[in-house]
Parts: sequence; structure tokens; C-alpha cells
Amino acid sequence: MIEAALVMAGGALGACARFWLITAVTRRAGEGFPWGTLAVNVSGAFAIGLFSTLLLSPAHLPEGALLPWLLLVVGGLGSYTTVSSFSLNTLALIHMGAYARALANVTASVGLCLMAVLAGQHVAGLLR
Amino acid sequence: MSTYLAVAAGGALGSLARYGASLAGAALLGPSFPWGTLAVNVVGSWLIAFFALLSEPGGRFAATANARHFVMAGFCGGFTTFSVFSLETVRMLQAGSTGLAAAHIGLSAALWIGAACVGHAMAERLNRRR
Repeated sequence: MIEAALVMAGGALGACARFWLITAVTRRAGEGFPWGTLAVNVSGAFAIGLFSTLLLSPAHLPEGALLPWLLLVVGGLGSYTTVSSFSLNTLALIHMGAYARALANVTASVGLCLMAVLAGQHVAGLLR
Repeated sequence: MSTYLAVAAGGALGSLARYGASLAGAALLGPSFPWGTLAVNVVGSWLIAFFALLSEPGGRFAATANARHFVMAGFCGGFTTFSVFSLETVRMLQAGSTGLAAAHIGLSAALWIGAACVGHAMAERLNRRR
């Protein structure tokens, strides 16, 4: 029960943080390219690399780290980052005929997010 | 303010549904491939594209701005996750499963965008039928 409550609390906060950042970035950068969603996903990927290393992997967590894991990672970061907006944005670019930008969105999102996870793991290693 | 309440409520429900799906995926299909994450991301991509077109002004089920925020930014955003996908891919790479990681990326991206495409097409057909 407490597990579900933590996931929901993290999910509510993560969704609001995402909505706020996407709105703020889109206001400045315009709607020609989904910079807001990219910013959310890359920053969230960095944070998951950091937290997953600091809290250890979910498979062999110490008892105490399960609850922060559920709040921060499963709920918070899981909800903060998004595939649905990424897919909707990419489809919109395809429908506009902006194929190069659609491809750039896919490759930049995947490439930068994977690098951000590695960077987060590296920073966590320095902190420990 | 009410916008953020709608986003928060949708995000809480979407995250809980994703948590349930990832537990079910791991229990049913094992932890060797992240089927749960793939499933939520595909379903969420389908739903957001389907609902976006169906509920827009002039759509068959035109919805208020807050209802759209609840479903799209809230539920779909909370349900799907790019960070867990990225972490799972990096773990495959770090385990030396380069081919599996490449297949995971290609399969995921193709299915996400394909699902959004299908959702959009289904809503388009429903919007035309009056």
C-alpha cells in the first residue's frame, strides 16, 4: 500500500515538473522542434543514472532504499520523462513533412539520453 | 492551478498503472528483456495520439483543456517513461549485450512511433464518421 502511495506521489510531482519545464522551454524556443521534451528526457536520464547508482540496482536493494527508489525513480523520474510526448512530437514532424527534424529528434533523444545515463552513473561514482 | 491539479492526478494514476505493468511484465515474462516498459511506452504512444486528435476542438469527442491535460500530459506522460528505457538500454550495453541493446532501441522506437501513427489514423476515421 505504501509502495503504491509513493509511486503515485512521485508520479504526480514528476508530471508537474515535466509540464512546467516543457511549457517554459516551448515558450522560449518555439514549436519548430520539441526542445522541451528533449530537455525533460535528457535531464531525467541523467538523474536516473545518478539515483540508480546511489540507491543500487532494484534487484539487490538494501531494505531501506526500496522506498526512496519507488518515490524518486519509479514514480518521480518515470513520470517526469515521457515517451508519449516524444512519439506525438515525432509524428507531428512526420505529418509536417519535416523528416530530417523527425529523424534528428529520434537520434538526439536516444543518443543524448544514453549518454546522460552514463554521465549520471559517473557523477554518482564520484560522490560515493 | 487547476491545470497542474489535472496533470498531477493523471501523472499519479499513469505512474501507478506503469508500476503495475512493470511488475506484471517481470512476473509473467521474466527479467531478461524489459517487456513491461516496452508495453507501457507503446500503449501510451497509441493513446496520446488517439486521444489528441479525437478530443481536439472540432473532434468527435471534443474535451476541455483540463481534460486533455489530465489524459495527455498527466496519464500518458506518467504512464510512459524515457528514463527507465534509457537505463535498461545502458544496462544491456554494460552487460556486453550490444546486439540486444541495439534491437531494444530499434524495436522500441519503431513500435512507439508506429503506435502513435495507428492511434492517429484510428481517431481520424472516428472523427470523419458523423
